[in-house]
Amino acid sequence: MTSDVQVTQAPALEMRGITKRYPGVLANAGISLDVRPGEIHALLGENGAGKTTLMNILYGLARPDAGEILVDGTPVEITSPHDAIAHRISMVHQHFMLVPVLSVSDNILLGEEPMAGPIFLDRARAHRRIRELGKTFGWEIDPDQRVESLSVGWQQRVEILKALYRNARILVLDEPTAVLTPQETKEIFAVLRRLRAEGYAIIFISHKLHEVLEIADRITVIRRGKVVGSRTPAATNEEDLAEMMVGREVNLTADRGTSHPGEVILRVEQVRVKDDRRSEVVQGVDLEVRSGEILGIAGVAGNGQDELVEAIVGLRRPSSGRIELAGRDVTHAGPRQRHRLGVGFVPADRHRFGLVLSFPLTDNFILTDYYEPPYARGIIRNEAAIDARARRGIRDYDVRTPSATVTTGTLSGGNQQKLIVAREFDGEQRLLVLDQPTRGLDVGSIEFIHGQTIAKRDAGTAILLVSAELDEVLELSDRIAVIYRGQIVAVRDGRTADKNEIGILMATGGSGASGSPSSPAA
Amino acid sequence: MTTERPPSQGRRLVALPATVWAAVALPFISIVLALLVGSIVILASEVIVPGHPFDVTLPVTAYAALFEGAFGGLDPIVNTIRAATPLVLAGLAVGLAFKAGLFNIGAQGQFLLGALGSVTVGVALNQASPFIAIPAALLAGMLAGAAWGFIPGFLKAISGAHEVVTTIMLNYVAVSVIAWAVSGPLDQPGSPSPITAQVGNAALPVIIGRNGHLGVLVALAAVLAVGWLLFRTTRGFEIRTVGANPDAARYAGMQPRLIVVLTMSLAGVLAGLAGATVVLGVTHYMMASFGTTVGFDSIAVALLGRSSPVGIVFAAILFGAMRAGAPLMQIQTGSLIPAELVDVLQATILLFLAAHEVIRHILKLRGVKAGLETTDTIARTYGRESV
Ligand SMILES: Nc1ncnc2c1ncn2[C@@H]1O[C@H](COP(=O)(O)OP(=O)(O)OP(=O)(O)O)[C@@H](O)[C@H]1O
Ligand SMILES: [Mg+2]
Repeated sequence: MTSDVQVTQAPALEMRGITKRYPGVLANAGISLDVRPGEIHALLGENGAGKTTLMNILYGLARPDAGEILVDGTPVEITSPHDAIAHRISMVHQHFMLVPVLSVSDNILLGEEPMAGPIFLDRARAHRRIRELGKTFGWEIDPDQRVESLSVGWQQRVEILKALYRNARILVLDEPTAVLTPQETKEIFAVLRRLRAEGYAIIFISHKLHEVLEIADRITVIRRGKVVGSRTPAATNEEDLAEMMVGREVNLTADRGTSHPGEVILRVEQVRVKDDRRSEVVQGVDLEVRSGEILGIAGVAGNGQDELVEAIVGLRRPSSGRIELAGRDVTHAGPRQRHRLGVGFVPADRHRFGLVLSFPLTDNFILTDYYEPPYARGIIRNEAAIDARARRGIRDYDVRTPSATVTTGTLSGGNQQKLIVAREFDGEQRLLVLDQPTRGLDVGSIEFIHGQTIAKRDAGTAILLVSAELDEVLELSDRIAVIYRGQIVAVRDGRTADKNEIGILMATGGSGASGSPSSPAA
Repeated sequence: MTTERPPSQGRRLVALPATVWAAVALPFISIVLALLVGSIVILASEVIVPGHPFDVTLPVTAYAALFEGAFGGLDPIVNTIRAATPLVLAGLAVGLAFKAGLFNIGAQGQFLLGALGSVTVGVALNQASPFIAIPAALLAGMLAGAAWGFIPGFLKAISGAHEVVTTIMLNYVAVSVIAWAVSGPLDQPGSPSPITAQVGNAALPVIIGRNGHLGVLVALAAVLAVGWLLFRTTRGFEIRTVGANPDAARYAGMQPRLIVVLTMSLAGVLAGLAGATVVLGVTHYMMASFGTTVGFDSIAVALLGRSSPVGIVFAAILFGAMRAGAPLMQIQTGSLIPAELVDVLQATILLFLAAHEVIRHILKLRGVKAGLETTDTIARTYGRESV
């Protein structure tokens, strides 16, 4: 899509020698990067490599210690998002920045309110513009809807509209596809291609190498705050990119070996669960997970898997049905009791359940064990043991941080995820419930976590894996259950499952879906 | 990214002032700005009040007198401590609740109930040995306050009723309860207006200067206890987790509802203790209308102190000093500047604290700790369903 004319065009944006130091970390060490109009420039790099930091600097959320930014060849001073917007730079953040209780239009207008006269907002005009803007992409947007009632995919669209509403010409998307379904990713890509054709300069961050190869015109890889190289998609491949990122060869597919299932650890019988809006999104699910096996749940996001998982770990009460853990009825047990019975849980939404961002790493490492020895003696915290625990987790799981006592919110997204995995994988579990365990992780970390997951299985843990990445489910699972509209519509052997068939089952529920969900024969 | 292993000593020395500054910058700037606004008020009142020569240095004179009245000698210092003591305790009551994500506007009511509880027992035991009477009266104040804190905590836990609403209502109820008790069962027969008997032996002994009572030690012990609870115990960890992220608290197996009830009750203990120290240490009896704003001032104290026990001590001393120094300021300015200027100062500090985003923006502050977690708490929890 890029024509030769555009390649010779001057960059819309140029960042030169950007350096940013945080206490104990050199997050950016002289990074130079440019994007031309009509170009999608992908930024790749390990977790904590400094991608988000670089983009935060561009957007005025962080101040560089050195370096300069040029827009259309002129040096500019960007000290706040306000300046960035004035230079027509917009950003879709790694962790969304929407106000959940406000409406779509309020979120889009925030900071950019259209006035009718000196006092009143011109809402009608704004609504019209938002609707029209949405329509150009084929999106039916209701400007009055509350953002919290939207799916992640739609929130993403709102973020993009927000950027476009402000007349951005330079668009930054920080891991926009991490939370999207493959279908939604396709749609976003279509949007990006259109924007590229219209001359937008786009910076696109992702850990998914195949996406980057598909959409980018140019790929720049950074590692430990420095640019290690640039490639065009034609001149590279996944293995090459992975190696550039991590600095070693990466095994992109996990070797799951053979499994030796034992006794049933988790038994879910006819469980029904309601979501926050009280509609029944899990409609009579039967499942069994045995010790020493990985049961993968494949399904398009929003088919009840999150609610099912929350019911299994005790965060959501099933409206009917029965949940058994190692032979004990835990249907009405709380998260603490289940945890004590040996349940580990990696939640899909790391900021909601998994972490307290304002706490230091140490406290997050013991979030679920804080009341037990050695972390507490009676009610007294044992700081030495807590500190040792954090250090061990940081070392074993390669959490990139200057120390164990920094605020967890300063960690890069992927490193926050590694912290959660390090906490939940520690010790011995009967059951590990993994909801999107590798969301936002770089290829090296994914390789590591997959290896750990298989090792856990081989040590006899029962593992329930939910992932929006069908490839991940296919690669790791010994058995695959397909969930569709709150029901398990099929169970397949993980080694012989056909990707196309699973894909069709996920999308349509198969032919006999409506009546009887197939029994999950072990 | 490069993880550095810097010479540990060198970095600590540089990092420490930065972190301290990050924490105190906003309160400090708010105080300075409030003093500026105060001087404008002083100058303006000179213009308004007729027949007075305009004196540009009057703000300086007034503030100097304020300072002298608060710290210029043993008596002023003791007065400052006396005024700061209940503010520390009630400030802790508000601050502790903030840590759990609760906005305890009910410190005033808990304070009043605590005062009532301790005066009741104090009067009953006014002939007993002080070693029995004082602990018993203090305990009664704590329990009465706890009950007044428990109610909104319980209501929130079972029905999600927002504590801002319930505590405000309970403040009114507390006023009525006191009016009833002091003019009814506790009324000293034969007195012209409703008034309780003296607490006698239950009075807190004077330990510094002419009238610096034992309450200051009670307050300091409470500071240590709250700090210990919050940062050294698992219970405190639960409180802080519930305040910072209730969903994560549930995930961690904590019980946010229980923590809410517990925290509000503890807040009631602290505010009740504040009431007890005032009755047992200062007034020694109680009237039907117990004119005090300690419970409300403590909200400002907790905000200014960023809900941290140590911060609250400093904030309480500042507010206590203003109270203690105000009379001298009024005298030395020939009553041109009334003692109530202090209220203006306190309110203005609060205003600047609440408008911290504006200050951060205008002064281009960076590396300064963002919101008082407190105001964010209110924004986050208000209008939301229960925990
Ligand atoms: N506000 C901050 N304070 C201190 N350190 C920070 C802050 N923001 C980022 N860092 C550090 O800078 C480094 C780079 O982080 P950054 O978020 O840019 O990584 P990233 O490349 O976006 O990683 P990911 O793929 O995991 O999102 C990390 O080590 C992180 O801990
Ligand atoms: Mg990032």
